[in-house]
Amino acid sequence: VQISVTSSEQVQVHRFSLPVAFGVPLAAIFAQAYVPVHFHFFSLLDLPLLVTIFFSVARRNQTIGVITGALIGLVQDSLTHQPIGLYGIAKTVVGYLASSLGVKLDVENPGSRFLMGFAFYLLHLGLYHLIARGLASQMLQVSWGHTLLAALASGIAAVPLFAVLDRAKRSM
Amino acid sequence: MDLISRHRNLTILVAVLFAQMVGLAVQVKRPTEHGPTSLIRLWGVSLITPAENAVVHVQSWVGRIWRNYFYLRDVRRENERLQQENLRLRLEQVRMAQDAGQAHRLQALFKFKEQFISQTLAAQVIGSSGTETSRLIYIDKGTGDGIKPDMAVIAPDGIVGKIIRVFPTTSQVLEINDQSSGFGAMLEKSRLQGILKGTPSGEMMVHYIMSDEKVEVGEMVLTSGGDRIFPKGLPIGRVVRVNPGPETFLNIRVRPAAQLDRLEEVLVIMQVDERQPELVPAAPRRAADILAERLPTVPVKAPEAAAAVQPAPSMKPGTGSAPGSAAPPRTIPSSAGSTNVSVVKPLPTAVKPPAAAAKPGSPAPVTNLQPDPAKPKSTKTGVSALPEPSGIPRTDGGGPGNGADGVHTPTAGAESSTRTKQVDSKPAQPIAETPKTPVKDTPQ
Repeated sequence: VQISVTSSEQVQVHRFSLPVAFGVPLAAIFAQAYVPVHFHFFSLLDLPLLVTIFFSVARRNQTIGVITGALIGLVQDSLTHQPIGLYGIAKTVVGYLASSLGVKLDVENPGSRFLMGFAFYLLHLGLYHLIARGLASQMLQVSWGHTLLAALASGIAAVPLFAVLDRAKRSM
Repeated sequence: MDLISRHRNLTILVAVLFAQMVGLAVQVKRPTEHGPTSLIRLWGVSLITPAENAVVHVQSWVGRIWRNYFYLRDVRRENERLQQENLRLRLEQVRMAQDAGQAHRLQALFKFKEQFISQTLAAQVIGSSGTETSRLIYIDKGTGDGIKPDMAVIAPDGIVGKIIRVFPTTSQVLEINDQSSGFGAMLEKSRLQGILKGTPSGEMMVHYIMSDEKVEVGEMVLTSGGDRIFPKGLPIGRVVRVNPGPETFLNIRVRPAAQLDRLEEVLVIMQVDERQPELVPAAPRRAADILAERLPTVPVKAPEAAAAVQPAPSMKPGTGSAPGSAAPPRTIPSSAGSTNVSVVKPLPTAVKPPAAAAKPGSPAPVTNLQPDPAKPKSTKTGVSALPEPSGIPRTDGGGPGNGADGVHTPTAGAESSTRTKQVDSKPAQPIAETPKTPVKDTPQ
């Protein structure tokens, strides 16, 4: 796994067209809601989370990362039966941290992308449970084996997904 | 102000988080379906579900065309297999119908109330929440189809969940294996009742069953009806593991009967009726008739048979043998001394008038005639001591004057004299344990 620290001069900031900026997150949320009906193992993944990470890292702007995470999280919340805001808050924090990370680290290589997918999944789930327990009084249980498997799946899925989404990047 | 502008990004993060926390707190404190948060949910669902609906319908349309017009491999073989299965199921159905009939009779006798699923609505699964922290599915039916919250959702194999939110064209169904769900469950053999809840990994557990109870792996778990959502007795799943749990309760792990991860179509229970089953006797029969069937027969002689089918002079409408009465006894003036012999075998059809049935020369299905000296004669003063068969409902469809409570009580029209019954015997039916004693009919 190769992770290198980059100076701010080396950092390349990307932007995306409007259809991509809105279409890809919506498509990710749609796929996350639709595909598990036919392929249940797909629910192990969190595609909206991976998309949040990708856009936040690629734009390297913490404000945009916060807004991206908040919007994706809120739409995802609206599809669940839980109070709205649990995924919103968790993904807002993830968006902020991912964009902060993109400024400091080289996140273009597959190793770092795998680690990001893996680590952010765990962080996201931890935040979700913290918020659910602390703010919404939801006593959710954690199955650690299942969670680790899902984190691993997210890390593996991040590599090809980010490679595909790289094609939509436009350099500034 | 300078501090805020210097840490602009952090300030925005805090502001966004704060706004969401306030929104969350409002929802938790005041869960309402009409607040602004509901609007966010409505927008989110309206954004995603139409696309899901369209994709599902296009997919099923293409699949139907493919399966119905192109992919017909092995259809003949499958047809043969299904025909065989159909035969087997029909045989099974006969047996089940008998069991069900018996159960209904018992329920009616004990005045139990039954729950009937009287109306269901088929719906197609179009999506899910997509997260494991919220195991729910979306169906393509909403308020426009009459769906309401808390309606039960089932699949052919077992229960699925309940409706928790309804939108104009879609509805959210909370699955039974969600962590926040809870349903009344009952073990099939031991009839022990507990609460069924979901686990983070998508399995289910039955809680609150004491550890000193015996629960077998493989035992079926059914709905108990205590949650007021599912009718009693629907399959939930099977016990796959039993461990001692915390405190004095067992940890009973259950695998769902319905394939919750592969649902395509479900049924929404729109209406459940609760009523007491009614006793509807298929063919009203008196206890005396049943008893008479068990007695040995006497061969019929032709002239006597002709005489036997003559209508009794005293038969009048309104008596037990009136036309239209359910089981009119035919009364025959006997030549055997002072004892009238009555044949109480019911007519083939209840609506057949006695005159029509009494055509001379017509075959007498039942008859008798001479009192059998071997059989004890009834006394004129004997009280009707017919032991009522336990399995026979005490409902007699006889006409006025006939014992409506099922006990045969001859009426004036049926001669007030006591008669001895002698009928042809038939194989004993396993209806009731009735002693083979002579029948004594007495006037009321």
